[in-house]
Amino acid sequence: MSEIAAEPEGASRPNRTFIARLKDSDLLASFLSSKVTVAAGAVTIILFLAALLAPWIAPTDPFNPATNFLSDSLDPPSFIAGGDPRFLLGTDDQGRDMLSAILYGLRVSLAIGFCGVALGGAIGVGLGLISGYAGGWTDSILMRIADVQLTFPAILIALLLDGVAHAMLKAQSRDESAFAVLVVSIGLSFWVQYARTVRASTMVEKNRDYVLAARLIGLSHARILISHILPNVMGPVMVIATINLALAIITEATLSFLGVGLPPTEPSLGTLIRIGQNYLFSGEWWIVAFPSLTLAALVLAVNLLGDWLRDALNPRLK
Amino acid sequence: MNAADPIVEVHGLRRVFDVSAPFLSRLIAREPRRTLTAVDGADFTILRGETFGLVGESGSGKSTLARMVVGLLEASQGRVLIEGVDLAGTGDKAARRAIRRRIQMIFQDPYASLNPRWRVGDIIAEPIRAFGAGGAGAGPGKRATVARVGELLELVGLHPADGRKFPHEFSGGQRQRIAIARAIAAQPDFIVCDEPTSALDVSIQAQILNLMRDLQDRLGLTYLLITHNLAVVRFMASRVGVMYLGRLVEIGETEALFARPRHPYTRMLLDAVPDLMMSGRPRTPIGGEPPNPIDPPPGCPFHPRCPQAIAICRTERPAFIDNVACHLAHDERQN
Repeated sequence: MSEIAAEPEGASRPNRTFIARLKDSDLLASFLSSKVTVAAGAVTIILFLAALLAPWIAPTDPFNPATNFLSDSLDPPSFIAGGDPRFLLGTDDQGRDMLSAILYGLRVSLAIGFCGVALGGAIGVGLGLISGYAGGWTDSILMRIADVQLTFPAILIALLLDGVAHAMLKAQSRDESAFAVLVVSIGLSFWVQYARTVRASTMVEKNRDYVLAARLIGLSHARILISHILPNVMGPVMVIATINLALAIITEATLSFLGVGLPPTEPSLGTLIRIGQNYLFSGEWWIVAFPSLTLAALVLAVNLLGDWLRDALNPRLK
Repeated sequence: MNAADPIVEVHGLRRVFDVSAPFLSRLIAREPRRTLTAVDGADFTILRGETFGLVGESGSGKSTLARMVVGLLEASQGRVLIEGVDLAGTGDKAARRAIRRRIQMIFQDPYASLNPRWRVGDIIAEPIRAFGAGGAGAGPGKRATVARVGELLELVGLHPADGRKFPHEFSGGQRQRIAIARAIAAQPDFIVCDEPTSALDVSIQAQILNLMRDLQDRLGLTYLLITHNLAVVRFMASRVGVMYLGRLVEIGETEALFARPRHPYTRMLLDAVPDLMMSGRPRTPIGGEPPNPIDPPPGCPFHPRCPQAIAICRTERPAFIDNVACHLAHDERQN
């Protein structure tokens, strides 16, 4: 049986390099044909790189109390009167450099977004495949669960999970559990979309002749699902995942803003905005403005990319 | 033909589909369950090395029958024996698995029968890996598989390098060649061909049929050929079964059946074909449409369209005796 699981062999490997194939792909051409898409792509890449490289490019480490001084707190950005040249975007109430805090916050926001989307996608694609392929009672039960799931907004799930985590965990591990609470609640509130899309495509694919041919060879249902049907239903999933990444980042920001999410000691963009809004009316606008702008730019760029991907992969719009 | 060696035996095969509305709607409208009998008691035998043609109009149950023969669809009643082994049986699992790899299928639409995300080489290699080239045990090594895929591609008239391409890079006829290569990759004895040429251009059809005949001679294959094209049947088949509304109405040697059709439906099918016979006899189209199989007429299912129908045809269903299911043909023989 080991041979069945073997990788495609040498004869079937692409004989052109990945870059050569990328160069004349339709996807790249359609990406370059729209200036908005290229701009969105550039913003996304810059923000992703900034998040990834935060420990190396951030001027200070916002998590290290030894480098943060309360005497520096609430300094305005360096480019306006009274600003400290060390702090380009000013400082928050604890004397943390806003630029560094935003870079680290972006990192946390993106990590939660990716993990949440991955979790939701994994649950949704898995259940959608099973539901569409098995049909009958399995399908009915899974889809009713999905319907019920849709009645719970992400915030409610997060509040529930947060409550459970609070009750079960000791105070010091609460902060550590916050990340997991956010990821699970985002994953749980987003899986239904994937499940429904994948279920519909699976129901179409499972009756196509290539699946029948695979059944004639005597492959197991699991193998047919994974190696034959899954690759053919992933197109729409990638589009939903991209658009959901933006939604997941917003959801995380909302939850953190409401205080369900990450603690101020480990700020995400949402946490920074929550801290900042306390000072909005006393004139320290930069604490809330810069994280909000970053969040808006990130979500807008990812959304635009998602829209482009949806159109580019839709054969009817070609 | 080796007349004493049946490879496929079909006994009283029947398939009923439930076409009722969903449970709740049925309850509200107080409707009974509705069923459709797609195949109603098919009996026939296919001999080793022959091509058995199955003809009939759309909706006559040809494809349903084919799917039951290969085991893709469960029969509601009846049995399919491949070399004496019942595929749906509960007996020896290893024997059933061994038999299964010797049955393959070629599908109608070569655009749907190849996974669009797989390279052609992988598509053809899949049965080799799944079954192993020689038989039991693990599959062959990677190098042997690659070589075998190349051989198969050449056998069906393609280039070994084509294995690196994706299905969408090929034309319909080439795709059907790939589908044939996949089918013979499992080293089958028996291949069910479900309308293998009806999705292809007329100019390509003959090439594919010639390829199939060539492979039959070389590899000793047995075909069950399903089609609505009488010219294809005449070219390919040694024996023909005619289906009407889920029932076999006549079986016969191809030449005999074309020369002396016994069932009125067969006669009408042949009469409706333009210049196949070149006999100069007038063409008569078949009047009317096949009845709804959800609500078949009583008696002989063909009687509403049959020009020779007599009283007994309206009440009594003719049995399948002496390779034909028709009261008139039975009477003729007795007299």
